[in-house]
Amino acid sequence: MSRIALRGVSKFFGNIPVLKDIDLDIASGEFCVFVGPSGCGKSTLLRLLAGLEEVSAGEIEIDGLLVNQLPPAQRNVAMVFQSYALYPHMSVYQNMAFGLQHRKLAAGEIEQRIAGAVRILQLDGLLQRRPRELSGGQRQRVAIARAIVRQPKVFLFDEPLSNLDAALRVQTRLEIARLHRALGSASMVYVTHDQVEAMTLADRIVLLQPLAGRTDALSVAQSGPPLDLYHHPANRFVAGFIGSPAMNFVEATVKSLCHPGVAVDVLGTIWDARVSSRGLMPGEAVTLGIRPEHVLLGQGTQRARVSHVERLGELSHVYLELPGSGTALLAKSPRDDIATDELLPFDLPPQAMHLFRSDGVAQARYAAQQPADPAHSAFP
Amino acid sequence: MPEKVIRSTFSAVPLRGGLAAQRVRRAWWMAAPMLLVLAAVGGWPLLRTIWLSLTDSELSRLDDYAFIGLENYIGEYGLLASADWWQAVANTLLFTGLSVSLETLLGLGVALLLNQPSRLRTLLRAALLVPWAIPTVVSAKMWSWMLHDQFGIVNHQLLALGLIATPLAWTADPQLALFSIVLVDVWKATPYMALLILAALQMVPVDCYEAARVDGVPRWQVFRRVTLPLILPGILVAVVFRTLDALRVFDLIYVMTSNSRDTQSMSVFVREQLIDFGLVGYGSAAASCLFFMVALLSIVAMGLMRKTFERAAA
Amino acid sequence: MSGLTEAREAPAASPRRQAPGRRRFPRGRIGYWAASLLFVFVSVFPLLYALSSSFKQGAGLFSPTLWPAAPTLANYSGVFAEQPFAQNLLNSLLVAGCVVALSLGLSLMAAWAFGRVQFRGRGLLLMLILSASMLPQVAVLSGMFELVRFFGLYDSLGALVIADLVLTLPFTVWVLVTFVRQLPKELEEAAAMDGVGVLTLVFRVFMPLLWPAMVATGLLAFIAAWNEFLFALTFTLSTEARTVPVAIALISTASGFELPWGRIMAASVIVTLPLVALVVVFQRRIVAGLSAGAVKG
Repeated sequence: MSRIALRGVSKFFGNIPVLKDIDLDIASGEFCVFVGPSGCGKSTLLRLLAGLEEVSAGEIEIDGLLVNQLPPAQRNVAMVFQSYALYPHMSVYQNMAFGLQHRKLAAGEIEQRIAGAVRILQLDGLLQRRPRELSGGQRQRVAIARAIVRQPKVFLFDEPLSNLDAALRVQTRLEIARLHRALGSASMVYVTHDQVEAMTLADRIVLLQPLAGRTDALSVAQSGPPLDLYHHPANRFVAGFIGSPAMNFVEATVKSLCHPGVAVDVLGTIWDARVSSRGLMPGEAVTLGIRPEHVLLGQGTQRARVSHVERLGELSHVYLELPGSGTALLAKSPRDDIATDELLPFDLPPQAMHLFRSDGVAQARYAAQQPADPAHSAFP
Repeated sequence: MPEKVIRSTFSAVPLRGGLAAQRVRRAWWMAAPMLLVLAAVGGWPLLRTIWLSLTDSELSRLDDYAFIGLENYIGEYGLLASADWWQAVANTLLFTGLSVSLETLLGLGVALLLNQPSRLRTLLRAALLVPWAIPTVVSAKMWSWMLHDQFGIVNHQLLALGLIATPLAWTADPQLALFSIVLVDVWKATPYMALLILAALQMVPVDCYEAARVDGVPRWQVFRRVTLPLILPGILVAVVFRTLDALRVFDLIYVMTSNSRDTQSMSVFVREQLIDFGLVGYGSAAASCLFFMVALLSIVAMGLMRKTFERAAA
Repeated sequence: MSGLTEAREAPAASPRRQAPGRRRFPRGRIGYWAASLLFVFVSVFPLLYALSSSFKQGAGLFSPTLWPAAPTLANYSGVFAEQPFAQNLLNSLLVAGCVVALSLGLSLMAAWAFGRVQFRGRGLLLMLILSASMLPQVAVLSGMFELVRFFGLYDSLGALVIADLVLTLPFTVWVLVTFVRQLPKELEEAAAMDGVGVLTLVFRVFMPLLWPAMVATGLLAFIAAWNEFLFALTFTLSTEARTVPVAIALISTASGFELPWGRIMAASVIVTLPLVALVVVFQRRIVAGLSAGAVKG
């Protein structure tokens, strides 16, 4: 049975649609991440689940219970806020106990739950401190502990790492993943704008797109396991959002339909893409997509001028000027000796190609998995 | 798709009575005690005062009165025909005009003084709050003593300096009494004015001063061209507050000169009629006049201020 | 040290000359100190003079020296001996205390509603509350007189508590609304997730957090009630029911001919010094409270 079920959920602020027609099931114990650019409504969606905002239409079920009309405290959910929202005038202990006392729990039970949370989150020795006497990471852990002691069916996280510095963020990310394993059957819903967090934490990613006032678009751009979104983006928006640096997009026309795949014309050069040809017509304008990590440098028959190089140490970002156009093609390379203005041979392997029709919808890809790390194997 | 939209709009309706509506209901419950109390101690008495002003009610027979219409206002012995009332109106207006303008000028000066970063600041702020915190009755008494015609230190010093030849009867001389009252009010109320202007001054962004300094604009010009326009709305608010406050002056005048006709303010007049003479109807009429005057002024001021703020924002 | 030339050049000073070290110009500095000292003197002198007079007696009162020739406490004992001044002080304390507690409690509840919830009529009600603070006291005097008699509170402290609320409530509401608005919204949402009711939220979460604002607002309300004169003068009759401002205003000698200035000054000092102490200690808070009420208004 699904722990959370959304049926046709929409949210309007006044007349402006923020979320539209969301259907979603989150399973018991699943770690679900809402991700998307700012303005996509991911935080609003989380607040709808929490009961801090009201749906404009549709139904939300949590644990088999229709919760549309239930106040937050009766929904069996706990929330970790972006700003932690710890009560500044209460000690760490009181922060955790406050909500429990209001549920009329026995003192012994409260003690026991807090002791459990303290053990899991290593808060020993901090119980009598005030929030302002804690570091950012400690506050974060207290905020999580306050959620844990509630023993909710669902945990809601609203960008919990965004106020931490980079090093702490990685560490806390690991802790949250560990926590999820430890808590077993509780579902987690996690909002972030950071795709690395989304990719690393999620069992399932729900990628939301901003409606920007449009009424024809849907909020959910794609929903599925992280690698599905990476390998089989359903549309151009998903393809561009997942992956860093973002996928290269090149305008092209369909040359011919072959089996298996499609041949496309990019400024006079013909490339093969191993994607379904269903519904395509020769001469149709399409967009070719390829991730920077899949562009092969140093092999192939095509040559391009290097217009710019960013050396990051572990690898370099190489900007190639496609012959006959100003479009730059970004490639990742492990070499750090590529120079600007160099003429480099490059190849775009057919099995790494994505193809999008003019309405942005992706053609299904045949390659189930990526070819074995081509960028890295190119230079042994 | 259109079907779906329609469905959405329809299913949105029953939710209106949900969480948001519950929150609004709670808000009303939370505000209700305060609103009820305020209505009971402010709204109801005000309405009663206005009603009583249309009757011949007297203190000695409060429950036995008759409706007499506007008799208390425009009757033969009505308010508008009373020289004493017009004297009180004139006194109040003169007092308000003089004290508010002096307080604005001095308050601006004091605010500028307090806006200087300096070690003196804490001392200045404490000194500023002293006259403000002293009960009006007490300041009236203190100054009455200092202005005492025979033993007061003010006359003593002025005589010693040779500025006056004979002691002045500061509070008894009809020519002087109102000015003495203005003097005490200025002493007492300038701090409030200064605090409000200071708050406005501190909201002027530092960049403005720094930009002007980099441009080499002389200080006086900076004040006139940058500071003053920016704090003008704040000053206006302060002036309005103080004006409305000064129009209802009572304590100071009552304590310093009692019921003397020469200095009587509208509030003093009202209380004299109401309590000392027991003319509840007539006194209420005077009180209502004062209320309508203040209300009218508030409305005009709000309109003016809105315009000024809009201009400042534009 | 070419102070003079620098001072003369000051208005036209080039930015380059001003930039390093932010030099102060001696003339401006002297002016600043002179104005400050004059201001402090004018502000404080009447209180000092009252203090000095309160220690003088008989003929000593007629010599306007600041230091009393023969300091005496007779005026202070006289204040308490010849009238129920201790009772008056207690009355003032009781009235002001009740007014502060009632105003703060009612206002804090309302502040949550007005500061945090969007509901129809909110703006209009806030305007009405603000305009209530402009209400001339005499405009409610006759209506209030009826009300007080109706509740049988004439010549009792209860009358003053009720009446003073009309002076304090508008601005305590107004000030607390501005402060409640500044609290982070997430705190309230965290409390909602914790399932606490509105009253708990207001009194167990907001109130401890708003402590500084409560102190400032409470002090303003206390001072307003402590200093109130017109209602106290009108709604009390017996000397035992009077508050201190009325008691001071009505101090007289048995003969009723010349006022006992020494005793009046002693009473004034007794009433004022605690206030001045409060104000000096809490000056920052008070200034913040006063400005919050006005700037947003």
